[in-house]
Amino acid sequence: MMLSIKQQPFRAAVLVLVWGWLLFLVLAPNMLVVGASVMTRDPSTFISLPLNLDAYRQLFNPLYLEVFLHSLYMAAITTLICLLIGYPFAWALSRVDKRRQMLLIFLLIVPFWTNSLVRTYALKLILATNGLLNSALISLGVLDEPAQLLYTEGAVIVGLVYLLLPFMILPLYSVFEDLRQDVLLASHDLGAGRLATFKNIIVPLTLPGVLAGVMLVLLPAMGLFFVPDILGGSRNLLVGNVIKNQFLDARNWPFGAAASIVLTLTMALLMFAHRLSKRRLGEEDA
Amino acid sequence: MRWLARSYLALVYLLLYVPIAVLIVFSFNDSRTGYNWGGFSLRWYESLFNNHAMVQAMWNSLWLALTAATVSTCIGALTALALHRYRFRGKKVLNGMLFVVMMSPEIVLAISLLGLFLLLGLKLGYVSLLLAHVTFCLPFVVITVMARLSGFDERLPEAARDLGASDFTMTRTVLIPVIMPALMAGWLLGFTLSMDDVVVSTFVSGPSYEILPLRIYSMVRVGLKPEVNALGTLLLVFSLVMLMLSQWILSRSKQ
Repeated sequence: MMLSIKQQPFRAAVLVLVWGWLLFLVLAPNMLVVGASVMTRDPSTFISLPLNLDAYRQLFNPLYLEVFLHSLYMAAITTLICLLIGYPFAWALSRVDKRRQMLLIFLLIVPFWTNSLVRTYALKLILATNGLLNSALISLGVLDEPAQLLYTEGAVIVGLVYLLLPFMILPLYSVFEDLRQDVLLASHDLGAGRLATFKNIIVPLTLPGVLAGVMLVLLPAMGLFFVPDILGGSRNLLVGNVIKNQFLDARNWPFGAAASIVLTLTMALLMFAHRLSKRRLGEEDA
Repeated sequence: MRWLARSYLALVYLLLYVPIAVLIVFSFNDSRTGYNWGGFSLRWYESLFNNHAMVQAMWNSLWLALTAATVSTCIGALTALALHRYRFRGKKVLNGMLFVVMMSPEIVLAISLLGLFLLLGLKLGYVSLLLAHVTFCLPFVVITVMARLSGFDERLPEAARDLGASDFTMTRTVLIPVIMPALMAGWLLGFTLSMDDVVVSTFVSGPSYEILPLRIYSMVRVGLKPEVNALGTLLLVFSLVMLMLSQWILSRSKQ
């Protein structure tokens, strides 16, 4: 805009405020984490010189590697389940008539606005040994005695899926909304069967939504430490639990920082894939 | 096909809402064990409000959410206006940073802020919580306001400038009224995010300022606490009101 070329005190004040906040509370702290990850553990000052890569080496310690891989595994399963439930869901949702759609979307965001801790706790009521699910299964004659549902890997995955499903559905819904019916009709007219249309048209066009959803689910699924705390017992830890323990209990900051950098790198990778898929679509459109 | 799609939608909604329904029903349960129905009772609500530490944590959380939402709405609105109207160096970087804050796992933000606060010698309590909450609310306010600005007639601010209004006056009299609904919606979202946050608060809060989510967290880690059902129900009703208010403001402004 031409007017902005004139230097204005208001403009300057706004820019200084915004930049100041982001540099001080986003960039600087993140640099600190990178710095901490290459320093040495120190019981009194948390971190000290000399610089080394011990923290990163510790990531490959079999004990932690196992926790990391297990966390990645649970996050991957969570993401897969969310995708399998969310993809047909978003598709069906985009076909509902507009007025009902508003209400249905509203019902989908309500959980996002409600306390996730409380919702995780509500699952505990259902999954507990003498909780509702066990009672129901016993009275239906499916089980003879209560099954151990709580404090299992399954409970953690159920909790993560329950909390994160809307984050998969919303980006998928937005790509299905943009999917034009005439494109599908054209594919049909050109003789493509349902499967071919799905494979060649629908999947590529909804891929950016899939990747956005994966990004929004996979990362929190590695970080939400309170889910295993409430539902998973001590054996089903997430990377988030490791980071929290290292910072708040074990006081091993370099290691905690290195673990969090692993998360950040995963995020960077997913963001890159997302951009790539969008760019490819953009070129095909042109 | 159609009924299949509909019943599938219904099934998923059912699964999403069953735990919430169970929580609400059990909050009125007289039974102490929390699994069997022991008759209707308000005893858990009563014991909730007789718990002094709990009430204090509730007030602390409300005050924190109120101030964090207000500060993040002010800064977020200015950021959105700057991104929308000004050309400046590093605009892409600024945009990218906001995106990264929104996408990055909360725990990464949490430890980075903890490191900063300890380095600066800032006592963990209200101030550290406020700075952290404003930071994670900021991108959400920015995108809400940006969305509103994107459908806006660019000739209006230019007309105001041509008529001799300064940048500040133009912002105050033309832009602010236009983005008002987005500001309110952004504020409500920030308020709710702040009220619900567990991950970041776990790291940057201190014993001097106990907030509700952390109090709940320490209660639910071991066993079942019927008071949490009552508290959860209250929080749910509260969020629902906030969300409906925000939807109402946004939909009314579209007409």
